[in-house]
Amino acid sequence: MTDITIQTQAALAAIAAADSLDALEALRLDTLGKKGWVSLALKTLGGMSPDERTAAAPAIQSARAAIAEALDAKKAALETAELDARLARETVDLTLPAQAAPKGSVHPVSQVMDELAEIFADLGFAVATGPEIEDDWHNFTALNMDETHPARAMHDTFYFPDKTSEGREVLLRTHTSPVQIRSMLAQGAPIRIIAPGRVYRSDSDATHTPMFHQVEGLVIDKDIHLGHLKWTLETFFKAFFEREDIVLRLRPSYFPFTEPSVEVDVGYSNEGGRRVVGGHGDAPGHAWMEIGGSGMVNARVLEFVGLDPAEYQGFAFGLGIDRIAMLKYGMNDLRAFFDGDGRWLAHYGFSPFDQPTLSVGVGAKA
Amino acid sequence: MKFSLTWLKDHLETTATVAEICDALNAIGLEVEGVEDPADKLAGFRIAHVLTAARHPDADKLQVLTVDTGDGDPLQVVCGAPNARAGMKGVLGLPGAVVPANGMVLRKSAIRGVESNGMMCSVRELEMGEDHDGIIELPDDAPVGTSFADYHGADPMIEVAVTPNRPDCMGVYGIARDLAAKGLGTLKPIAMPAFSAAGACPVAIRTDDPEGCPAFYGRVITGVRNGPSPDWLQARLKSAGQRPISLLVDLTNYLMLGFGRPAHVYDLAKLSGAVVARRAKDGEQVLALNEKTYTLDAAMTVIADESQVHDIAGIMGGEHSGVSETTTDVLLEIAYFDPARIGATGRKLGLSSDARTRFERGVDPEFLDDGLDLLTGLIVELAGGSPSDVVRAGSPPLAAKVIAFDPGLTLRLGGIAVAEDEQKRILESLGFAVSGDWQVTCPLRRNDIEGPADLVEEIVRIHGLDKVASVALPRIEGVARPTATPQQKLERGLRRAAAASGLNEAVTWSFLPEWAAEHFASDQALWVLANPISEDLKAMRPALLPGLLMAAKRNADRGAASSRLFEIGRRYFRSADGLSDEKPTLGIVLAGEKTPRGWQAGKAKPFDAYDAKALALELLEAAGAPVANLMVMGEAGAQFHPGQSATLRLGPKTVLARFGMVHPATLKAFDVDGPIAAVELFLDAIPAKKGAAFARPGFTPPALQAVTRDFAFLVPETLAAGDLVRAVQGADKAAITGVRVFDVFQGAGVPEGRKSLAIEVTLQPGEASFKDADLKAMAEKIVAAAAKLGGELRG
Repeated sequence: MTDITIQTQAALAAIAAADSLDALEALRLDTLGKKGWVSLALKTLGGMSPDERTAAAPAIQSARAAIAEALDAKKAALETAELDARLARETVDLTLPAQAAPKGSVHPVSQVMDELAEIFADLGFAVATGPEIEDDWHNFTALNMDETHPARAMHDTFYFPDKTSEGREVLLRTHTSPVQIRSMLAQGAPIRIIAPGRVYRSDSDATHTPMFHQVEGLVIDKDIHLGHLKWTLETFFKAFFEREDIVLRLRPSYFPFTEPSVEVDVGYSNEGGRRVVGGHGDAPGHAWMEIGGSGMVNARVLEFVGLDPAEYQGFAFGLGIDRIAMLKYGMNDLRAFFDGDGRWLAHYGFSPFDQPTLSVGVGAKA
Repeated sequence: MKFSLTWLKDHLETTATVAEICDALNAIGLEVEGVEDPADKLAGFRIAHVLTAARHPDADKLQVLTVDTGDGDPLQVVCGAPNARAGMKGVLGLPGAVVPANGMVLRKSAIRGVESNGMMCSVRELEMGEDHDGIIELPDDAPVGTSFADYHGADPMIEVAVTPNRPDCMGVYGIARDLAAKGLGTLKPIAMPAFSAAGACPVAIRTDDPEGCPAFYGRVITGVRNGPSPDWLQARLKSAGQRPISLLVDLTNYLMLGFGRPAHVYDLAKLSGAVVARRAKDGEQVLALNEKTYTLDAAMTVIADESQVHDIAGIMGGEHSGVSETTTDVLLEIAYFDPARIGATGRKLGLSSDARTRFERGVDPEFLDDGLDLLTGLIVELAGGSPSDVVRAGSPPLAAKVIAFDPGLTLRLGGIAVAEDEQKRILESLGFAVSGDWQVTCPLRRNDIEGPADLVEEIVRIHGLDKVASVALPRIEGVARPTATPQQKLERGLRRAAAASGLNEAVTWSFLPEWAAEHFASDQALWVLANPISEDLKAMRPALLPGLLMAAKRNADRGAASSRLFEIGRRYFRSADGLSDEKPTLGIVLAGEKTPRGWQAGKAKPFDAYDAKALALELLEAAGAPVANLMVMGEAGAQFHPGQSATLRLGPKTVLARFGMVHPATLKAFDVDGPIAAVELFLDAIPAKKGAAFARPGFTPPALQAVTRDFAFLVPETLAAGDLVRAVQGADKAAITGVRVFDVFQGAGVPEGRKSLAIEVTLQPGEASFKDADLKAMAEKIVAAAAKLGGELRG
């Protein structure tokens, strides 16, 4: 064996034995570095005669190639091992808990108001609003309840000691009907609106709170009759509860602001202690539940807002928003609506992404 | 109104069942609120004849009976009653029947080895009395096999809600009239008991208040015997929920409940001189029959004699002249009072009564003479006595309303086609007179009828509201148009943005305890209710935070680690003209732990003012407010920590939001643990977006890459970082596109009274890259701008 062969084998053995990138680099400098013996050997070729060179070169060249290849291979192997070691060191316990982002929610009343807006928008109704601190003209008189009307007393009204400059009583609106009055005064006819919002009655027991939410609807045009009212309520309830078997029962009733006046019952059944809307109220296992008041707008009301009852007529209805929210989403205690209990809000509240749309469905299923 | 089926049948000839009657009542607008049919309780109990009775083979006290139940073979029944014997008639409960007294379901069974097919019942078991010594013994003529409920005459009770427009149905007779119109039977004429009146009324009667009391009719009956009422009368009153008192009182109640006609009976011995309807004198007092004393005023009508007030007219009689067991001579009063005045007096006195309910809604002005005669006849028949002639003062309003009616309106307004002759039949059956050319004369008792729409209601409710078919509303062509106003869009968008930020939407009361409202009040007077339902719900909220703070407190009291609550609602203020000025607002309260203690995060962290600021800015941006132009200024309000709160303003006057840490004094007032961060966004102050369009401006990213340079300045410690940022931004408005504070430091190396603010400035080249000289020049401008605020570049 030549010296070069022996040296090469020694170098290859050293490379194979190298246990770090640093050791490997030292070996590289030792061999292929500027002053490494392979480089030095290569340099000797320049001083040789062509014949000597032809004889000596292959051995040196092949030594260089073999050592370079071994260095590269060893470097790759060492790097892989080092990465593996680092990754092993970096292992974490993924059974540990990750930090959760807080989950927000939309109150059921707001969710149902959005649902109402969506359904009624499809029927051509805009959403109207108005003040909650009202005067008695808008809340009562213009609705055909003058000062002496017995129905005024039935409204359990909250009053303020204040009077308006016209001398009117100032009160908390007992219904959203004054919004109808204001809308008709501002827009005239024809008109299609719903008026959702807070209303107030001096009443508090298991099923009544002094503040609650109501939505009223109003349609005034030239040839609107009771049949349209019935269709509108049926169509709304079908869309709202997303079921086709909604059956309404209309009963004659009395409201000063409508004539004829109609109480609306909806058929329901009891399932697992819960009222489930749907089916005919007289069917076995079913009953009727009062769900709203309605009727054809009283001619006097139209006169109060400057519309000619000989030209225009229409209907109005009112529903409890909290009530229909409870029926749809299964809450059983109205008081909890206004408590701000984080547990209740998380349980009955809605994801911000449950935005009611007609294509997805206006309701959000649990 | 409550009444028994028997009472209804006094006036309505009908074969309808209770269920049919109730359906009809609901259908015509007399809502059935409850039905109680004692027959339901007695289902399965029938009259049985005991054929044989023999000693039980294994029990001394038991007998084995064979009883005839009217059909099939006689049944064997084991019975323990001592009075059970062959030949008697009693009441047998068959297997399946439920014993009313204890809810036990009867079954075919073996008692001491002997088969028993039912139970012979005692009075107590059927809840008909207390007697339990033996089984019921019926007369020999009791029809075997008949249901005991039918035999006993169990009388169903019906309760209806009469709407305030129908005083004519505040008597059983009026309800019968409506049912007859609906086709449930025939209305019977009122049976007027015969009597003969003789002699002038010995008492002078006058009305000195023809406005409040247009008509006052009366009559004296002498020589009556007051005492308990007969069974039929007691039964009727009890069915209406009235306690029988004495014959004279019961008869006036019968007139009121049966015919909707209140009347009053005075003990003549207690009256002196003329009996007059007049206005009360201010301060005049009367002890009423409810044993309370009322102080009257000159707006109230009373009935008085020469010495005192005897009746708060139309509402309640006086104790002094009320009839008693010893009364022998009486004055009957039948009057017509002005409904509005009765209502006003009743409200002012806070006094309700059955009479007031009827008078204030309007009694039948045509039923004064008949009512008086009916009452007189009943008194004479049951209590004896000699009636005088009637004396009449004034007269009730007797002008009938005539309405020109177009029967076509029933279809146009009611949405249902009803044949003209049927419309006429319905109106006439309710007492309207219809002429050939459809002039409709209204009965005086129907003071609710104002115009043609009311007649449509009468026709539709009797014809059947259920026959009205649904008709689709005319639809606007094409896809429904958007309807939301900008304000509605803003609120709906913000609500979902807030929830997406991890906040839970609450709805809290609009009214607060006065102290809580006062704590958050501006310089304006609060809206405070005159008649709050409780002290806790009294003053309209001037801010959303108090309600949310109280909710956060409740949550903390329940053990919740944190509350992240928001609410969108109104704050209630006064406008320049004193009217309501309701401002839409979004309130946020962040209480408790922002992050719980954790293996990564360490200790639990509370919320701080920057959490509030982040939410305020995030939501304002979601609302479309120009957040880049907002100024952070002070004056968040006394409810906030003065050093850890701010307002966000668009210009110095327009406050879009306030945020920060709640003041310790506020926490104390609301008895809630802090720290608590809070935000209020004033939605009405957020400017509407102008000229928004679907198409966005073109996308033009800068051609050249931006460069960043860091600077650290030593500045006075009182200098707001925002001031430095704004100054630096202004150093070269074209090139500087961003300035961000990335370090704030006080301590070693920073002189006392100063702090180090490190900022990263982003410089955006335009057409050409920056040259070293450009960057140097800009750096100098930045340093100069900082120097103006007392800042020096740190070496």
